[in-house]
Amino acid sequence: MIREALFVSAILFSIGVLGVLTRRNALILFMCVELMLNAVNLSFVALSRLHGVGGQVFVLFVMTVAAAEAAVGLAIVISVFRHYRTVDLGRIRLLRG
Amino acid sequence: MMGTYYTIHFWLFSILAIVAAMAMVTRRNPVAAALWLVNVMFALAALYVMLGAHFLGAAQVLVYAGAIMVVFVFVVMLLNLGENDVKERRSVGAAVAASAIAGALAAELLYVVRAQPFPVDGLRPVDADALAPIANSLFTDNLVAFEVTSLLLLVAVVGAVVLAKRGKVAGEART
Repeated sequence: MIREALFVSAILFSIGVLGVLTRRNALILFMCVELMLNAVNLSFVALSRLHGVGGQVFVLFVMTVAAAEAAVGLAIVISVFRHYRTVDLGRIRLLRG
Repeated sequence: MMGTYYTIHFWLFSILAIVAAMAMVTRRNPVAAALWLVNVMFALAALYVMLGAHFLGAAQVLVYAGAIMVVFVFVVMLLNLGENDVKERRSVGAAVAASAIAGALAAELLYVVRAQPFPVDGLRPVDADALAPIANSLFTDNLVAFEVTSLLLLVAVVGAVVLAKRGKVAGEART
């Protein structure tokens, strides 16, 4: 059961990585990051069956950090959108050399 | 150890999560992607409950599917993206390279998990009281981390307001 849960977690994490690498839409990129955090949460929960409740407490912390990250990240997206009128990361190239 | 009923539902929710995640990654419309992500969150909440973390299942639905996704959908609504805005330039080469990297990562992770010996029996029993063990650990061993987390949330709230505010933010003078 734990092994299967870790398999699912690994696959979900890889899908998140795939999304981060392929997508150029800032909003969907953030969603992929959330997906990766969730995949890690799943492995924490699965391993908490082996190693005690500490894993579940850590998932709570990850959830809080994810909420904070989403709030600040999306505020940045809004702010960037006001400036460039786009959320396409391919067209936001101020720092490109 | 576990019955067929359990196994069937475990794989049902696992496959639902994976399919919904694939759908989310490939959708062009941010709202569609957000809804597929909600689907993933619900499937994961079910998996948490099946793994014995009842409280986290509830928290997953409330915090992720309830709060974070609402923030995403709100931002999509605020930005009011048109058909041209969600169009992305895609190159086949980049997609192939990204798939190769993600596939290699998945293969590595699956190999590592496969090589690890996990006990089939001898798992910790699921506590009938879903909340007390978590609360005990959270408010004794992890109290400092808990307080720091509340500070982090405060900073995030202030930061989000400052960043998203219209007006005299640096670089916003032109608009």
